[in-house]
Amino acid sequence: MTNRLDRLFAEKQDHILNVYFTAGYPSLEDTLPIVQALDAAGADLIEIGMPYSDPLADGPTIQESGMKAIQNGMSIPVLLEQIREIRKHSDIPLVLMGYFNPVMQYGEKRFFKDFAEAGVDGLILPDLPVYEYETLYQKAVEEAGLKMTFLITPQTEEARIRAIDELSTGFVYMVSNAAVTGGQGEISAQQTAYFERVAAMKLKRPRLIGFGISGHQSFETACRYANGAIIGSAFIRALSEGQDIRSTVISFVKNVREGAAAAAPSAK
Amino acid sequence: MIGIDERGYYGEFGGAYIPEMLHPNIAELQAEYVGIINEPGFQREFQKLLRDYVGRPSPLYLAERLSEHYQVNIYLKREDLNHTGAHKINNTVGQILLAKKLGKKRIIAETGAGQHGVATATVCALMGMPCVVYMGAVDIKRQAPNVSRMRMLGAEVRPAESGSKTLKDATNEAIRDWINNPVDTHYIIGSVVGPHPYPDMVARFQSVISEEMKWQLEEQTGKPNPDAVVACVGGGSNAAGAYYHYLNEKGVRLIAVEAAGKGVHSGESAATSVLGTRGIIHGSRTLLMQTKDGQIVEPYSLSAGLDYPGIGPMHAHLIASKRAEPISITDEDALRAAYFLSRKEGIIPALETFHALAALEVMAYQPSDVVVICLSGRGDKDLATFIQHFDDYNR
Repeated sequence: MTNRLDRLFAEKQDHILNVYFTAGYPSLEDTLPIVQALDAAGADLIEIGMPYSDPLADGPTIQESGMKAIQNGMSIPVLLEQIREIRKHSDIPLVLMGYFNPVMQYGEKRFFKDFAEAGVDGLILPDLPVYEYETLYQKAVEEAGLKMTFLITPQTEEARIRAIDELSTGFVYMVSNAAVTGGQGEISAQQTAYFERVAAMKLKRPRLIGFGISGHQSFETACRYANGAIIGSAFIRALSEGQDIRSTVISFVKNVREGAAAAAPSAK
Repeated sequence: MIGIDERGYYGEFGGAYIPEMLHPNIAELQAEYVGIINEPGFQREFQKLLRDYVGRPSPLYLAERLSEHYQVNIYLKREDLNHTGAHKINNTVGQILLAKKLGKKRIIAETGAGQHGVATATVCALMGMPCVVYMGAVDIKRQAPNVSRMRMLGAEVRPAESGSKTLKDATNEAIRDWINNPVDTHYIIGSVVGPHPYPDMVARFQSVISEEMKWQLEEQTGKPNPDAVVACVGGGSNAAGAYYHYLNEKGVRLIAVEAAGKGVHSGESAATSVLGTRGIIHGSRTLLMQTKDGQIVEPYSLSAGLDYPGIGPMHAHLIASKRAEPISITDEDALRAAYFLSRKEGIIPALETFHALAALEVMAYQPSDVVVICLSGRGDKDLATFIQHFDDYNR
């Protein structure tokens, strides 16, 4: 079977919308309805966050959603069951994002195999270093059929960007700014200069820009320089404030795609 | 030989499990730290500050009344007599000089009990550098005197309001600050924890403790090596310094004293060597307290300095390879030692240090043995705790 990420990137090269949310938030059983609503609303790709007690690269919005999800009873085995259930209802590409310690505790190889079989397409493990990945895990990830994504930042040097592009089999995750997740400001000239610099490198993999992408305007800006963008904290804030999941998700995605002019106010 | 390999591993423990945002800073430190530390100019400045500012060498004191009571030869390495009252300043002096060499303009740190925060604020005042110290909101309340000292020294103390609002969260917040300020800021980690090169770098700066112990023991006993070195271990920086020059001396027992809180299996403990399992915390593969599902567990100890859910990778390796012997001491044992030992020797060490002293009650030794205890810090910060429990132990 073709990996759904490969299928997506073969079909679509621009305005790819990747939406992140924390599994098991706001309620334990919300994972499936959120995925279904995102699929129906026209998201291209979903990044499901595995909640972790100490998420170093994330800001308060994602950390708090993770704490709540853990309290709700979310765990790796529970998430595995939920992914199996999701695959009965949706064929949207799914990427798991999470810190490495819970993966280690589950058993790394077992994790790759079980989640690939359940229908996950790719992984983002931001605190797994490149060297350890290459020497210890790359073979098992690839045998399981999972696509790997590594991060680059405005400080990443060109040679390292090229190496990460080689190693990434899914997409390259461009962190927009020197910051943890959850920023909401405008995109600066310094950031667009970095986007342009990386665009000019003609990488092999698609580039998605994340961190600080919070609505229509920043999504459009990101899409001018990359194949798409990732929205996380702003979506979680919307989920926290919304009443009904399906209508919250559908209006959020519509706002990102078309602008908030005719709809509810943005997350700012 | 015990030490790190080129990727910062002590055996299976260590490494640098960091998000890409930290890569430039960590890679720069990894590439530069050994060269900078070994420069003669750096060493001259470091040694001068240790002598004239910190007040080193710290005395190695033969505690005769204690020795008589326990029927063994007990020497106390008096890190409590350093400027700011603990071993923490050895590392902050070293790291601030390193930060200057790297051209950094701003310093951040985490602190639990506040000792490392004070030591960092002190060297930042000395060097005229802005300093932000992250401290758990819960710890800010229970360690008020050290918060005042940091402010007096010109540091900004920022409460960590995330998670459980203690040391591990202060560490998370400091790491996030570093992610947000990748170019001009140096992060002074206070213990032998964190991604490579921190565990080895901090151990090198603290190694002055055992370097002095060697010649001081030689002077006083005719032999540089004791039979045992005893130190308390939270993250493990004073222990790393006290063990450093004895790591490969097989005849020297290394005793690692952990905080058992209300009892190792009470559910309120910080005894990582017993309760910890292999995993990753704050960028390092080591032993840590966690759930089966890999969520980090909040530890407990009455002593805020031992209240950390992990242990430095060097110590994980020493314990896993049976080079070091772990001993767990409860709050009660430490307090009992506090009231007894203060009166025996006229020294009031920190609550953390009393865990090391309480190990004398349980460790095995011969009467002819020489035992060195690292007296890591002074107890002024813990007076409120000592007084609060005074009547329970002094009937």
